[in-house]
Amino acid sequence: MLRFIGRRLLVGLPTVILISIFVFLMQKLLPGDPVLALAGEDRNPEILEFLREKYRLNDPIYVQYFHWMGNALQGDLGMSLRTRQPVLELLGQKLPVTLQLATMALIIAVMIGIPAGIFSAYHKGSWIDWLANIVALSGLSVPNFWLGIMMILLVSVKLGWLPASGYQPFFEDPLQSIRTMLMPAFVLGTGLAATLMRHTRSAMLGVLQSDYVRTARAKGLVEQTVVIKHAMRNALIPIVTVVTLLFGELLAGAVLTEQIFTIPGFGKLVVDAVFNRDYAVVQGIVLCTAITFILMNILADALYRVLNPRMNEQ
Amino acid sequence: MSIIDEIPVDILPPRRNRIWAKLRTNTAALFGALIVALFVLIAVAAPILPIPGPAETDWGAIRKAPSMSHWMGTDELGRDLLSRMIWGAQASLLAGVVSVAIALSIGVPLGVLAGYCRGWTDASISRVTEALLAAPFLILAIALAAFLGPSLRNAMIAIGLSAVPIFIRIARGQTLQVLTEDYVESAHAIGLSHRAIIGRYVLPNIVPPLLVQATLTIATAIIAEASLSFLGLGQQPPSPSWGSMLNTAKAFLDQAPWLAMWPGIAIFFVVLGFNLLGDGLRDALDPRNT
Amino acid sequence: MPINKLSLVTAALMLGVSWVHAADLRIGLAEDPDILDPDQSRTFVGRIVYASLCDKLVEITPELEIIPALATSWEWSADGMTLTMKLRDDVTFHDGEPFNAQAVAANIDRSKNLPESRRKSEVKSITGTNVVDEYTIEIMLANPDATIMAQFADRAGMMLSPKATEEMGLDFGAAPVCAGPFSFTERVQQDRIVLTKFADYYRADEINFDSVTFLPITDDTVRLANLRAGDVHIIERLPATNVASVKADDSLKMAQAVSLGYQGLTINLNNSDRAQTPLGMDSKVRQALSLAIDREALNQVVFEGVFAAGNQPFPPTSPWYDATNPIPARDIAAAKALLAEAGAENIEIEVQVSTNPVAGQVVQVVQAMAAEAGIKINIVAKEFATLLSDQSAGAYEVSQIGWSGRVDPDGNIHQFMTCEGGINDSKYCNPAIDDLLNKARTSTDLATRKASYDAARKILVEDMPIIYLYHQTWIWALDDGVSGFTPYPDGMIRLHGVSAE
Repeated sequence: MLRFIGRRLLVGLPTVILISIFVFLMQKLLPGDPVLALAGEDRNPEILEFLREKYRLNDPIYVQYFHWMGNALQGDLGMSLRTRQPVLELLGQKLPVTLQLATMALIIAVMIGIPAGIFSAYHKGSWIDWLANIVALSGLSVPNFWLGIMMILLVSVKLGWLPASGYQPFFEDPLQSIRTMLMPAFVLGTGLAATLMRHTRSAMLGVLQSDYVRTARAKGLVEQTVVIKHAMRNALIPIVTVVTLLFGELLAGAVLTEQIFTIPGFGKLVVDAVFNRDYAVVQGIVLCTAITFILMNILADALYRVLNPRMNEQ
Repeated sequence: MSIIDEIPVDILPPRRNRIWAKLRTNTAALFGALIVALFVLIAVAAPILPIPGPAETDWGAIRKAPSMSHWMGTDELGRDLLSRMIWGAQASLLAGVVSVAIALSIGVPLGVLAGYCRGWTDASISRVTEALLAAPFLILAIALAAFLGPSLRNAMIAIGLSAVPIFIRIARGQTLQVLTEDYVESAHAIGLSHRAIIGRYVLPNIVPPLLVQATLTIATAIIAEASLSFLGLGQQPPSPSWGSMLNTAKAFLDQAPWLAMWPGIAIFFVVLGFNLLGDGLRDALDPRNT
Repeated sequence: MPINKLSLVTAALMLGVSWVHAADLRIGLAEDPDILDPDQSRTFVGRIVYASLCDKLVEITPELEIIPALATSWEWSADGMTLTMKLRDDVTFHDGEPFNAQAVAANIDRSKNLPESRRKSEVKSITGTNVVDEYTIEIMLANPDATIMAQFADRAGMMLSPKATEEMGLDFGAAPVCAGPFSFTERVQQDRIVLTKFADYYRADEINFDSVTFLPITDDTVRLANLRAGDVHIIERLPATNVASVKADDSLKMAQAVSLGYQGLTINLNNSDRAQTPLGMDSKVRQALSLAIDREALNQVVFEGVFAAGNQPFPPTSPWYDATNPIPARDIAAAKALLAEAGAENIEIEVQVSTNPVAGQVVQVVQAMAAEAGIKINIVAKEFATLLSDQSAGAYEVSQIGWSGRVDPDGNIHQFMTCEGGINDSKYCNPAIDDLLNKARTSTDLATRKASYDAARKILVEDMPIIYLYHQTWIWALDDGVSGFTPYPDGMIRLHGVSAE
């Protein structure tokens, strides 16, 4: 197992480097530069040129990249050109936010998606299947920003149940923290519930028709035992891997949801940074999310092998 | 001579008909197909329908509620909403279909290549796939918009590119599976060329899951276009798309809720339709469901 | 009966009581401010935070008169090249350092000489300072400069603690130390900026809040929803189209002021060869385009009449507005005639605009109006950074861009219209205009200045490098319990005398 993980980590390294080069290149080739973009109204040419020199924006692209890479390897990810805040500090501020949102969204997705998938697999073809399908799909069928606005208008403005925006760090005030994140987590979670439902249904169907389940039924075991003890345990394997992968995706930041609910996470930060050509911030975030994504992938594969005793070496 | 040989072979209908029969009994899938067909029809018929132009402004008729002269009302510049919804259907459906077409045309060849050749080709394609998956889609979309200007076309390219990894994975997985079949090994043995093997055995067998995924991805792409318009990317005014109409409409929820209602409902039903159709196709094509 | 833990939690979650104490004022901003250092800062929204954080040498009234703030009085020398200012003696910075003439000298030095300072062009005419005594300072200028007092009413006049600027240098913005009613407590980028009441503020009795929290909420609809939900007390830049519904809402109030700035179409006259278009080369074509636009209708359609139509860099309500040049009514016949004269019937022009939906609507309206005069407009939407970059480089024909406006009229015109102007993206160059505008900025006599601007207006009406369309109105929406709020044309939120229940 350790060797497997080690090998995958090694293999993941070129991917991370590839992404960092790709994103860096992309940003540098974009029209406009941060000095002008961030200058706003006060875009006097003399100071712009001075700043370009200072931030080495006139250097050739590969020089800038190696400069960034060199610093990054020493732990210095540069600073935001917009506010001079160190990127590492920024990431440190935003990571817990995104982590909390991702976790809450995943919990909601699991709470809706897995039971829906189990029910619809078990009652395949009946109206329950139909209903579970529609419920799970509704979350997918509405753009996130739209659902978000509708929820704010209903829950915050009309009913006054939850705050419309803002963020409270979890360890400062857990209850308020959950209250501010509940709606955005719901919006995100319902979107993922459908995917989770599909995979659960698929896995359950596969398992419910398998030989050992038929054997269990033939043995005369109570239906509930059949389902819970035998079917679900095996169905959980692919489900767990999907959940892990979804978590990785969520960590990349839910841009629109964060924008609407004013959650200061990765998503909002990265979009603003691209619009402002704030290179270092974008690089830092992409590095962070790429590494997390690859780690999640490795975790999913590892879990799959641990949970599935019949998995063969490829 | 056993009993099995005595069974007339035509009792089991051909595979194609079985799939069609299964699909026919799946009401959800039929519902989905119906919705999709309806909207496609509307979108295609847009140019010949007797409706006013989608960009015709009318300062006197700003944000008017639905009435006899404007069945769906008018928008913030006095344009007829029914017309904009119909033309918007074209834009939104195109966004879905073209994005998927782009993703398929890049993803499938790469996936088949990876699955067929294995070794270094597989490894490098897999790395590229992983990189594409890990790179955030919106950065790509904004970058394209900055490079080439925000437009529907560039939104479709961005969405298409971000969907490539899914199709690479499916194509690769299915190719690997097909290659383990006996008839493929025999084909190798009798010396069929690679192209023949891929063309005759691999491709036809990877079509079903690709078809299912394509249908589902069209739905995601339509939502993605709407999301991009929230950031000011995607279809630019005055050309309509449901996504950009929904985005403008949120500023007028008090005064003119119908501005948001129509595109919201349309997106909901079209996406639901594609999803139901896709799920139905998956059930019908699933070899376990005999 | 044991209370089920789940129902307790549910009940707690359902209690939508927002803990909004009157002691903490929550303000919803339309953007996240950039670096909180007045010398390095470049955004409009940053200034809103400074209004509560950093006091300035002088202030303005809603009528744009300059009044004392940290400076109690000032007088010009006879030749207009030396400004003597007397300062308050009861002011301390948030870190306890005393405010005095040395501090002012240090501040002016920083604004002028810090390499990253954005205020350089604003204080260009200052050559040096001379500390006369602890509370008197002399400021020497290279030439008479009428704009200096207005600059001291903005970021160039904001006084920062010299101890803090020396210690923190360029990172002053991470923990700014000024002399305003509130001191800096905390900032989380894109989340909030928290300021706490400064006990030793010299006007502390006018401040009725223990703290102020600025919350950047970029989406207009969400910002208003936050106000309605009671999560913020004040929001700025309410969209014009929401005015009617806020007015009809009893739990909200509204305040508005016509801004100092403008929005218009900047035309490429000489910036790269994209200027070789009929529009760029012939002023008659530009005049025709201007005549084809019904500015009042534009205001009505896009802004429900709430904003102000405009045809000059200053709004019609400004004392600097040239009344002999009123907003022209739409005249398609005259427009067509001018186009015929110029031999440019049925031309096509490209207008670049940002992806902001309101800007898009404005340009679509202009497009429809211009079409009737035979001018076909192709709208090219560009993402904001690209837009600015293309505009600077001259890669455009017409650009829809505006200016947030400055107290002194010079700030609205000089850098756009003079040959060497820093933001002259149209590269318009007319020596006569240079003379007039330079004359206007060096004279301190109002009548002379107005005469110069009016004379410049006569020329610009013919040359028309910028077609002005409208002037934004700053609109604030407030919770009904907020009282004492005064709208200012510079768009700032000044909290002196404001209270909330």
